[in-house]
Amino acid sequence: MNPNLSRRHFIKAVIASSVAAASHAGIQSASAVERHRGAVERLISLNINGRTRRVDVLPQETLAHTLRYKLGMTGTKIGCNRGECGACTVLINDIAHYACSTLTHSVRARAVLTIEGLQSTDGTLHPVQQAFIDELGPQCGFCTPGQAMSAVALLKENPKPSREEARQALSGNICRCGAYDHYLNGVMRASGQS
Amino acid sequence: MPSYDVMPDVPLFQPAEIGDALNLVEQFGKGGWVLGGGQDTYGWLKDRAKQPTALIDLNGIEALHGIRQTDDGLEIGATTTLREIIANPLIKRDYELLASAASRVASPQIRNVGTLGGNVGQDARCWYYRRGLACYRAGGNLCYADSPQGMNREHALFDASRCVAVSPSDTATALVALQATMIARSVNGRREIAAEDFFVGPATHITNMTSLEPDEILTAVRIPSHWAGSRFYFEKVADRDVWDFALVSIAVVMTMDGDTITNSRFVCGGVACTPYRLHDVENAARGRTLSDESGDALAALASQGAKPLNYNHFKIPLMENLVRRAMRG
Repeated sequence: MNPNLSRRHFIKAVIASSVAAASHAGIQSASAVERHRGAVERLISLNINGRTRRVDVLPQETLAHTLRYKLGMTGTKIGCNRGECGACTVLINDIAHYACSTLTHSVRARAVLTIEGLQSTDGTLHPVQQAFIDELGPQCGFCTPGQAMSAVALLKENPKPSREEARQALSGNICRCGAYDHYLNGVMRASGQS
Repeated sequence: MPSYDVMPDVPLFQPAEIGDALNLVEQFGKGGWVLGGGQDTYGWLKDRAKQPTALIDLNGIEALHGIRQTDDGLEIGATTTLREIIANPLIKRDYELLASAASRVASPQIRNVGTLGGNVGQDARCWYYRRGLACYRAGGNLCYADSPQGMNREHALFDASRCVAVSPSDTATALVALQATMIARSVNGRREIAAEDFFVGPATHITNMTSLEPDEILTAVRIPSHWAGSRFYFEKVADRDVWDFALVSIAVVMTMDGDTITNSRFVCGGVACTPYRLHDVENAARGRTLSDESGDALAALASQGAKPLNYNHFKIPLMENLVRRAMRG
């Protein structure tokens, strides 16, 4: 096996090829419901991390599914897929949402920010990302993208939160490793309070 | 039971006008599933436990969204999010009870999208029912929770009839206490329903927790000024502070003359299939002052008539203690 072909690249390649196949299959079935007023189109534009992406989206598709399996943005994790863990947290118009429990069709004309969009173009990490590293936030790391997005949402709304406010803001994100205090330390550090 | 990563194939409608939405619910009838924040929807669909024929997303309809002052109180559009209710200065000032209740719902991300209409319209959380078993509530002919081996620590103390599930909504208790009115619309017209009549128990309707008809949409909730700025108490006891539904919750409104209670409403969540009024407590509270002695006297009345199941006896002292805490000076 080619040592340069990482697991991540392999997954992305598989996703890209299946999108091409899937996007062709649904065109005919979609036209049946368009006769009703309010029926949704399948080919839609999404604003993700400041870029406009044209995607073929099923009516019932969740944002987490679109991000991971249509756009190959696997930074957004699917943990429970039930809105009960927070691993899939993304920002929509700067407000934290569970991407697993959001229909992709409901985010048209809204700005989606995922973990991939946090670092600046020159590769500098977002203050929250850097603070989480400095405070040893991630252990297994699975919940980290969601924790980071919840923290970013909080700091956009409240740049100098108290520790209790941070605790409330991150309460919709479960950490199986129990690194909650580390993440809270990270939020305090990212907001320049430690 | 199989669980799926992906949602089933369901057509989605995102009408921009209330008229279009009403036509859609009329057209699809029982198969039409009205979507607010969707947080009580996607689990049903992913589990294939309910199979609607169409999703009708109301969030694009501007007329259903927002908080307005009326001649007599407030009108809250059905798709107003819990986040907006918690942050609203008018609600904070006059109806803080509702903001407290809304702030205890689920988790921050769910409150960010969860709507008032969805919160009061959500379905029972009995795990047997949610699992897709053919229980009474699902149209079958037995109750799994109220059986010798049934796990029923979260189930009802009062008013069970075949089904023993409880009302899961935190805002419902506050709205019943505040004597809110629910506005429902269909293609045939408009109906105003007192919050207390909006929530129905299994004796009235075994497969539906509200009095909404399949062709109706809840469009708004009106809160009268009657209790504005009175003394409020809300408390929810749950296993975890986040996500979990109430084991028992209490919403209390009181008008005072000095230190004396002139009028009050006590409503418990998590103990019956609907928000449960404590009429005896309300009657006995009149003329009393807020004190530990009053609390002890009223607590004894709170749980009268309770019929506990195998595992939910603990809810009786929980209810009584919540009444005590509401009466602290």
